[in-house]
Amino acid sequence: MAKKFLFVNRKAPYGTIYALESLEVVLISAAFEQVVSLVFMDDGVYELTRGQKTDAIGMKNFSPTYSALGDYEIKNIYIEKESLEARGLTLDDLQHLVWEDEDDDWAEKDSIHLVSSKELASIMADQEVIITF
Amino acid sequence: MKLAIQINEGPYQHQASDSAYQFTRAALAKGHEIFRVFLYHDGVNNATRLAVPPQDDRNITQQWTQLQKEHELDLVVCIAAAQRRGLLDEDEAKRQGKDANNIAEGFRISGLGQLIEAGIEADRLVVFGD
Repeated sequence: MAKKFLFVNRKAPYGTIYALESLEVVLISAAFEQVVSLVFMDDGVYELTRGQKTDAIGMKNFSPTYSALGDYEIKNIYIEKESLEARGLTLDDLQHLVWEDEDDDWAEKDSIHLVSSKELASIMADQEVIITF
Repeated sequence: MKLAIQINEGPYQHQASDSAYQFTRAALAKGHEIFRVFLYHDGVNNATRLAVPPQDDRNITQQWTQLQKEHELDLVVCIAAAQRRGLLDEDEAKRQGKDANNIAEGFRISGLGQLIEAGIEADRLVVFGD
């Protein structure tokens, strides 16, 4: 039985451990063959920023792991538009995440969808399990 | 209704575990089923048997242990989160070569798959966090 799981990421990547431990849950959930979507909103949009360098704070840079989400059949990654704009960011500041469509000769397709807060509300209403980090 | 509970914060500093405990008790009293309580992030610290809160305060871990006994609750501590934070049961302590273990009676250590399974099996997964 597959359920629709939505993981909502709201925290910056390194100030707390929520982002890292969220990613660990997301990767496990994929192994259960559920329908998994992700949201990045509030400071969570920083989790996907390009070019993270963590040497100076002595922490592991786990951001390259996000590029593997496509291999886990995670095709829907929603970015809240208002959160991005409030922080002076655009999609160009974020990693370009893709998945490969086996029904379309393994064409690479965008996983990232920019959505408004209003659109996000209806996406959330459509889910069966929502876990917020 | 079949409910699953997730606790994301440790005891005393945050109210999350207290709220989860009150909610779980109330749900059981109303005749609902609690499929599982899953401790994640700092929530794993709710399972330490070594905390000694002041005598005039509630003992959060003991409250959970008691509720587990009364209702045969499945109290699961995430192993990845627990290992980071120094929460070990006897088997894990041996495996990791540690000289002590600190998981309270009534809790068990297992993997993140238990959380996903709870999401699948329960009618509602209720998350208590900051």
